[in-house]
Amino acid sequence: MSLKPEEVKKIAHLARLNLSESDIALYTPQLSSILDFVEHMSEIDTNTVEPLAHPLDLPQRLRSDAINEPNQRDLFQSIAPEVKVGLYLVPKVIEEA
Amino acid sequence: MLKTIAELSQALQSKKISSLELTQFYLKRIKELDQDLNCFITVTEEQALAAAKTADQKIAAGQAGRLTGIPIAQKDIFCTKGIKTTCGSKMLHNFTAPYDATVVAKLNAAGTVMLGKTNMDEFAMGSSNENSHFGPVKNPWDKNCVPGGSSGGSAAAVAAGLVPGATGTDTGGSIRQPAALCGITGIKPTYGRVSRYGMIAFASSLDQGGPFARSAEDTALLLNAMAGFDEHDSTSVDRPIPDYTATLNNSIQGLRIGLPKEYFEGLNPEIAKKLEEARHEYEKLGAQFKEITLPNMNLSIPAYYVIAPAECSSNLARYDGVRYGYRCENPKNLEDLYKRTRSEGFGNEVKRRIMIGTYVLSAGYYDAYYLKAQKIRRLIRDDFVNAFQSVDIIMSPTAPSTAFKFGEKTKDPLSMYLSDIYTISTNLAGLPGISIPAGFNSHLPIGLQLVGNYFEEARLLNVAHAYQTVTDWHTRMPESK
Repeated sequence: MSLKPEEVKKIAHLARLNLSESDIALYTPQLSSILDFVEHMSEIDTNTVEPLAHPLDLPQRLRSDAINEPNQRDLFQSIAPEVKVGLYLVPKVIEEA
Repeated sequence: MLKTIAELSQALQSKKISSLELTQFYLKRIKELDQDLNCFITVTEEQALAAAKTADQKIAAGQAGRLTGIPIAQKDIFCTKGIKTTCGSKMLHNFTAPYDATVVAKLNAAGTVMLGKTNMDEFAMGSSNENSHFGPVKNPWDKNCVPGGSSGGSAAAVAAGLVPGATGTDTGGSIRQPAALCGITGIKPTYGRVSRYGMIAFASSLDQGGPFARSAEDTALLLNAMAGFDEHDSTSVDRPIPDYTATLNNSIQGLRIGLPKEYFEGLNPEIAKKLEEARHEYEKLGAQFKEITLPNMNLSIPAYYVIAPAECSSNLARYDGVRYGYRCENPKNLEDLYKRTRSEGFGNEVKRRIMIGTYVLSAGYYDAYYLKAQKIRRLIRDDFVNAFQSVDIIMSPTAPSTAFKFGEKTKDPLSMYLSDIYTISTNLAGLPGISIPAGFNSHLPIGLQLVGNYFEEARLLNVAHAYQTVTDWHTRMPESK
């Protein structure tokens, strides 16, 4: 299991990370060796084993569908990088015609 | 004044000392020693002095609990309303949480006095505290060595006597391993015992908060305040919490302790020797030892490095430069905003784990990696369930070595991951574990790990306390210079 630099670039894009050429040179062997180590998992047959998602195997607890949080928009937006009239601002997504 | 929480609590109640004096004493030690050690990211002197005064009023009015007026520190992963919470990352260097984590609210309600927020590996990913955006923490026993991680700041602060107790979080060993490397006591409770609400998420099915202190008794006092059901955490377990101090002095006559043979193969001889000595102490106290097997132990790190990065890549997708935290300068478009914010805001180890997680969850790989890892997780859990049919406690080393030197493992991420070889399986199984000091190799502390069955924190603390009543390793302190 050896990753190629192009694969690392693709993974970085999926993870929305910008990597420089030197980053890719650094990460490619590191990620490959981690995945090689992870490959040890294939040493054991798990065909009849059920996956364990929760360490205590407990079901997800549900709550009643009722409003229990007050609206704190202004408080939450006070720590945002850029807001305007209660909206979070991002660079323009839709081009003008 | 460098005493245990239990002793300080008595001194406060009997008015031999005030919380204000105690708080000033520790704040002064932080000022003198922490510039060098770097345990704290934020020191909250003003709030601490105000909280100490409130605590003194409570004590005077006879309304004090056992933790009222006791100074503590919070790992900077726990959200604190109005006080910066960075998680050791540039991504959150400017983040002030709009609410308190449940652990913070509970410890505040118990009357503790928070002195500040402690340093940590970025987003709790690391075993040496070298991944912090705010610089590494030095081990107070040897300043050329790491304190362990990820809760390195909390562990080093307690070891150096900058604070008598502190909080940590443990996803793969991040409480127990630094406790071992710093020569203090640290407990990771059963998954779901301590609320994760307001505890910044790394790997949600593994993360669990817990306390550090100088003794098992002190961690019991802190855990009393921290544990309990919380409706704000969907995986919080709704079960009654015992008084963890009530059973500390129970006899351990007849206690069955298991020694997993896989943990002792190829073990460092000095650590093996100290474990042998600990075994003799326990035998004198009436415990019986038995060799057990955890056959899938060797698969715990491979499975962990699929599950934890997968959950990490999902959890850390939220850091996009839009709602809070770091944002890059002059983004050209939305993709540029995401990519540059995340590349500039995250450090190397966090990026590595996000990429591993993204890869194992990407189309076509799910079955081979994530599903396979979850199946192995069940096998590891079943190994423990089987072992607990015939023993009450499992004893092992906490870490494969004592504190290592700065830079020793940073070039090879895999060598760093192996620092958690004895602790990770406990997180995969969701079991409680504690690390207690069991001696030294030259001048560096060695940790002993005890793992209990689900929800048996009280028994773990009892067994740890029994050892601490017949040994004095936990009372040793590094010279403070």
